[in-house]
Amino acid sequence: MNEFMMFSLVPLTVAIIISMTCALLGNFLVLRRQSLIGDAISHVALPGIVVSFLITGTLASLAMMLGAGVAALVTVVLIELIRRLGRVEGSAAMGVVFTSLFALGVLLLEWHGAGGVHLDVEHALYGNLESLIWFEGSSLGALFDPVALADLPPQLGRAAWGGLVVVAFVVVMRRPLVLASFDPDFAASMRARPALVDLLLVTLVAVAAIAAFEAVGSIIVIAMFVCPAAAARLMTNRLGAQIAWSQGFAVAAAVVGYLLAGEAPRWLGFEVSLSAAGMIATVAGLILLAACLFGPCRARTGSAQHR
Amino acid sequence: MMETWWRALTFTLGYNTSLVTVGAMLLAAAAGMVGSFVLLRKRALVSDAISHSTLPGLALAFLVMGVWQGDGRVLPALLAGAAASAALGLWLVQRIGERTRLGEDAAIGAVLSTFFAFGVVLITVIQTLSVRGQSGLTGYLVGATAGMLYSEALLIAACAVGLLLALLVWRRDLLLLCFDADFARTQGFDTGRLDLLLLLLLMAVVVIGLKVTGLILVVALTIIPPVAARFWTDQPMRMVALAALLGALSGYLGVSLSSVREGLPTGPLIVLAAFTLFLVSFLFSPRRGVLASLLAYRRLRQRVHLRQGLLALGRDEPIFDGLTLKLLQRRGHVRRDGVATPAGLAAARDAEHEERLWALYRRRYPDDALHREHAGLTPIGQVLSADAIMALEAELPPTETAR
Repeated sequence: MNEFMMFSLVPLTVAIIISMTCALLGNFLVLRRQSLIGDAISHVALPGIVVSFLITGTLASLAMMLGAGVAALVTVVLIELIRRLGRVEGSAAMGVVFTSLFALGVLLLEWHGAGGVHLDVEHALYGNLESLIWFEGSSLGALFDPVALADLPPQLGRAAWGGLVVVAFVVVMRRPLVLASFDPDFAASMRARPALVDLLLVTLVAVAAIAAFEAVGSIIVIAMFVCPAAAARLMTNRLGAQIAWSQGFAVAAAVVGYLLAGEAPRWLGFEVSLSAAGMIATVAGLILLAACLFGPCRARTGSAQHR
Repeated sequence: MMETWWRALTFTLGYNTSLVTVGAMLLAAAAGMVGSFVLLRKRALVSDAISHSTLPGLALAFLVMGVWQGDGRVLPALLAGAAASAALGLWLVQRIGERTRLGEDAAIGAVLSTFFAFGVVLITVIQTLSVRGQSGLTGYLVGATAGMLYSEALLIAACAVGLLLALLVWRRDLLLLCFDADFARTQGFDTGRLDLLLLLLLMAVVVIGLKVTGLILVVALTIIPPVAARFWTDQPMRMVALAALLGALSGYLGVSLSSVREGLPTGPLIVLAAFTLFLVSFLFSPRRGVLASLLAYRRLRQRVHLRQGLLALGRDEPIFDGLTLKLLQRRGHVRRDGVATPAGLAAARDAEHEERLWALYRRRYPDDALHREHAGLTPIGQVLSADAIMALEAELPPTETAR
């Protein structure tokens, strides 16, 4: 039990919070067919962090998050510019921008890599969930001990704040958000400002991605934006129920994935542990696979059947 | 530094470097060609799913070869593994798009993240085993041509040549598929199989490119050169050829730049070279570039202001708009105090006449008029034949001045 408190409680909690946050926003991304914006934003977090490191010289969290946030904003603006001014198709514009920025990040990193900075591509991709150890969490009593609580890894607090901001956004903006997701033209005619809602949604995606990025890496972020929400979309036709399903799937993926990564090798007799972030994302994908095979609302409705 | 680069550019930096450069150029050319078709089919980001889903196959192949032979770095085996898992990922993207209500974006996002995540899990497995050459595996994430063996470079170059030939053979069928799949079907083409062919070619390019640019950036080679080429031409075959050319150029620049200094990653440099070419196209292409659009907009605005100003002069109305006054003054149609000069009055009469002719033309031939862009601003003599103008003039109702 004590071992669990010290080594697993915080990573598991962070994974659950981040999964739920990303899955909540993912519902709207999947509905609007913009799932890949999460992909783009989590890729450009790397150049953002590298540039902020080169400017400030520290790996302080605030500087990193600021850098990643600016990079996300730059990405969105560039995609829109190329799409509108160059009349390039949206997904292609996205592909141009995020691969180029990612390339820039890798180049800068390798260029300065000789300095022995603890910052590498793999870390950015895989995250470092296992390192969130709560040294003071030696017993159940620590949960109520302010001294021990102060020692909680700061990533937990950041993930929680990010989650709160996202939940607040969805609750406050739910009507324009739903309207703009289903019918932007109608939303525009109702003066619901779909363009503004778009921008806010993308900003919130960036907030969620960055809060999650440091702890779990970008892979799990992309998986959590897409998989639980997509699976939920195949379970029901109602948005409220879809969001509930997606939250359930996110929690399930986080818990099962974390346990599998820690425990599964031991069952097979190996004394190792696997990448928790990778396993969580894998489980999320398997849930989506199951939903694709058995989800009650998996088929397209109407006559627009694909051949 | 400049000298090393120059020697790399002129292929005098050793046989191995030259071979790698040529291999990368051929590969990037093939990627540009295949990417053009995929772009025209509006599925640019499918390659993202393909490239990320190669990781579990790569890792599995590495694991198997490592356990079997002690060293996992066997390029053919790794490529085979990568191709197998990419094929599975591609199949899943297709099936999810066809069989469920999810959009292709969700299918791509789900497949790429899940496969990549599983690959990461496998890599953590590998890290716990004592298999040699583990650092070779991370080279597939961001690309590494520096330590490439002669046989590997040769394999990549040979595959790229094969792909280029295949693309040349099937270019017409693929083009038909991209522009009008329904028409292709009525002509007896099996579009499902053509689509499959296109995706298989794309997969082959991505898998072979893994070693050169790394799996995250190989996507860029299939997207950026075609998008850049699209700025220069409206003809599909020219676009495909241009994309191949731009791709080869970025490969050339990228690989030669990366040989300038030890430890410069090849993949990012190739991608950034491609992006630079894209940026030049985006800004300066005479057809669709930003600069050309801005200039065209400015010209149109000036013409509208000039025409409206002249019409106002003819009707003896006061002009308040600053730009209009400036344009009229610059052409000597009005004096500095805003009074029309004789030349300005003549021009105003011409403009009015022109306007009346266009109005009549629009009334008489509404269908034809719809097809002309900005009808009424181009001098009518440039659009219609002299006979047609004569006929129109004969029909003009007499004006007050003529009476």
